[in-house]
Amino acid sequence: MTQVDTETELSTISDQGNASKFSFGVLQFPGSNSDQDCVNAIEVLGHEAHYVWHKEESLGHLDAVLVPGGFSYGDYLRAGAIARFSPVMRALADFAENGGLVLGVCNGFQILCEAGLLPGALILNRSLQFRSEFVHLSTVNSGTPFTKAIPADQLMRVPIAHGEGCYFADGSTLNEMESHGQILWKYATAQGDLEDHANPNGSVHGIAGVCNKAGNVAALMPHPERACQEAIGSADGQWIFRSLIEHLKDAK
Amino acid sequence: MMVPVRFEWQIMKVKIIITPKKAVLDPQGQAVLNALEHMGYDGVKDVHVGRFLELELSGDKASMESRIEEACHRFLSNPVIEDYRVEWEE
Repeated sequence: MTQVDTETELSTISDQGNASKFSFGVLQFPGSNSDQDCVNAIEVLGHEAHYVWHKEESLGHLDAVLVPGGFSYGDYLRAGAIARFSPVMRALADFAENGGLVLGVCNGFQILCEAGLLPGALILNRSLQFRSEFVHLSTVNSGTPFTKAIPADQLMRVPIAHGEGCYFADGSTLNEMESHGQILWKYATAQGDLEDHANPNGSVHGIAGVCNKAGNVAALMPHPERACQEAIGSADGQWIFRSLIEHLKDAK
Repeated sequence: MMVPVRFEWQIMKVKIIITPKKAVLDPQGQAVLNALEHMGYDGVKDVHVGRFLELELSGDKASMESRIEEACHRFLSNPVIEDYRVEWEE
């Protein structure tokens, strides 16, 4: 497996100087906690990120939106169940409907499922434990805006931190998702094998991340935004944000 | 002399019981089942852990029924993973 050489990669990006910058929105709910990590993930790649408070009714002009992790509304009732009714979510649904790129992380995944923007749901980890550790992700579909820059066979070592990350969808939904290439990432061993013991939460088929049928809304339970600098343990998460940026460039 | 307070409307209670769908993994239920077995409570075949909500309504059942059903489907339960039943207090 290839190691990311962050130093050289980052300098290559900085060398682009005033090349056009993309503008990312990062939603903030009461209880969001990876919002600053999301902003950092975009800034280290030389692009702009702005916070969008959940009471906002419009997103303004944005190239892509990140729905961060955390414990919005204290996870009351169900994780993401209350946040999905925040005013900004209507604007987000319109943005997604018009083809805008949306990436959710952890609680962001739960919110997008609750909002019906992604299929399935996230339930209590099978172990009943809150799991906070590094995992390895294998990319299942590399032809999406969220995965296109990830080199073939590149495993991503990224952290998880969740108690309710067990992905569930019923059999017919899963079949449909598989046939549309909607399963983006699965938990793997450090060697890249898709084995049960590499699955930290009991997700069906070891699914870590999915996208919608149109392919412009995706989310995953692990935190790529917390793995964007070698100094904090891994920069592998950059591949996902690089994919988004590459896609935005291609679409220009 | 105290005049008895007369309410113009009745406070009505509705109970909502939310349980995981049979096809969905219920690790909490499984853990409780195992604990019961260890404690010697034989004969328990399965346990399902869910949520219970009690709503106090000002209004009558006829006018609220469809709204409560809608709230259950849209917000109080997640139909992907949960079933619910509504019990009106007589």
